[in-house]
Amino acid sequence: MAFIEIENLVHRYEGRDESEPPALKGVNISVEEGEFLAIVGTNGSGKSTLAKHLNAILLPTAGRVTVDGRNTADPAELWEIRKTVGMVFQNPDNQIIAAIVEDDVAFGPENLGVPPEEIRQRVKDALASVRMEKYRDFAPHLLSGGQKQRIAIAGALAMQTRCLVLDEPTSMLDPVGRRSLMETVKRLHREQGITVILITHFMEEAIGADRVIVLSKGQAVMEGTPREVYCREQEMKSLGLEVPLAAEVAARLRRNGLKFPEDIMTDEELAVALCQ
Amino acid sequence: MISDITIGQFFPGQSVLHRMDPRVKIVLMFFFLVSLFLIDGPVPYGALTLLTIILGALSGIPAKIIIRSVKPLWWILLFTFLIHFASMPGRVVAQVWIFQFTEEGFWRGFFISLRLVLLIVLSSYLTLTTSPLMLTDALERLLKPLKCIGVPAHELAMMMTIALRFVPTLLQETDKIMKAQQSRGVDFSSGNMLTQLRNIIPILIPLFISAFRRADELAMAMEARCYHGGEGRTRMKALAVSGVDYGAVALSVIFLGAVMGASFFLKQS
Repeated sequence: MAFIEIENLVHRYEGRDESEPPALKGVNISVEEGEFLAIVGTNGSGKSTLAKHLNAILLPTAGRVTVDGRNTADPAELWEIRKTVGMVFQNPDNQIIAAIVEDDVAFGPENLGVPPEEIRQRVKDALASVRMEKYRDFAPHLLSGGQKQRIAIAGALAMQTRCLVLDEPTSMLDPVGRRSLMETVKRLHREQGITVILITHFMEEAIGADRVIVLSKGQAVMEGTPREVYCREQEMKSLGLEVPLAAEVAARLRRNGLKFPEDIMTDEELAVALCQ
Repeated sequence: MISDITIGQFFPGQSVLHRMDPRVKIVLMFFFLVSLFLIDGPVPYGALTLLTIILGALSGIPAKIIIRSVKPLWWILLFTFLIHFASMPGRVVAQVWIFQFTEEGFWRGFFISLRLVLLIVLSSYLTLTTSPLMLTDALERLLKPLKCIGVPAHELAMMMTIALRFVPTLLQETDKIMKAQQSRGVDFSSGNMLTQLRNIIPILIPLFISAFRRADELAMAMEARCYHGGEGRTRMKALAVSGVDYGAVALSVIFLGAVMGASFFLKQS
């Protein structure tokens, strides 16, 4: 069984009109430990709803979600699941609980009842992992958005999370913060082998992923490596999604009769192809 | 501008005062403040003033910051002083209209004002040398015995922590909303009081809506990090009474005993 199994997941928000389609209508995804999965989709595609199922903030209306063999619908497994899957949300301000950075990072392990000495060590390691040691005793409101998001990641790492779910972590950041956050996430995945599930609508961010799943109207409609998905440019457009600029340019040139490789994804690849 | 306001005025440092256990600090502070109201006469006042200055020096906090905590009460101090100066019977030194300024009044006013200043400065040491989080933590522990009569000690402390965390964030947001509304033509500075009050509404409504949304998201983020109340929770910065605290308690007892004694005997003679 895979690390995270999502089987036939249906979610309908309570109190909504019955005639409205459910937010998720039968999603099947399995994630292996150590994988970097990107889930992309437009607003209202159900991607945030899906994210909240991964650590039992929301529970399935129908279907099943298991994390490391534990069913999210089982209340007895709740804390173990939330410990295994750490979440980073969209708004950097609304997920920092304490008035000092290191106290905030300590919040998770404190809730788990970890002894003080060990918490201190974990906080130190977690802050080092996201390169924020220097800001240990800063007040969060003095940090930039990107720094706050890195603190949120550290908060999850301090719980010794094995999987990071990032729900549009960069959508409120400036380009510099966005780049530094993505570098941090990729480094953690590479160096510490943490499973990453990145939910985003920036296609460029998904380039580094092992696999991309496109979500539309509550269903997984496309799946593959970023290269495979991005060369289906027309299909992506019909779903209301952009492909990375380089892929788009390549596709248009191809349509105009130029002989161009099909799998161009990054600016560098485009430049190389143009020079040939 | 608006974000200059600080409520948690913690000044980080490594001094003896910073290293003391916040519970001990709160309790000692309480006794010092009470004793301020029990003492009388120049010698005890002088001793307490000297102690306040020594503590200030020990804390390593710049004098400017300490003085800043007294500043907002400047008018109250002046008023208190003048009231006493003008209303005590005794040897008249000056007369303005119906007010007789007496020498006794001068000293009375001086000591009362000094008492107020010491009160503010001493309590500001507590908030200046203790991080808000430590302070709420200490309050949680001190309130714990009251849990059996239904005081939700942990919940209160958690609420305070979150409030302290969000004060600067909400102030920044208020600033932003004010600018946004000003750019749409809301005038906050002119008109009579009623218009000015009415003009606050376009600030308050967006602020409230956003605060509720923040609360919702924060609750979710807390749950995602396994928060489930005070049960089974440990603390990274566990409070521990150390040698510094025993020393401080011993010195305080000796000092307060001496001051109270002196105050009592000087009054007798």
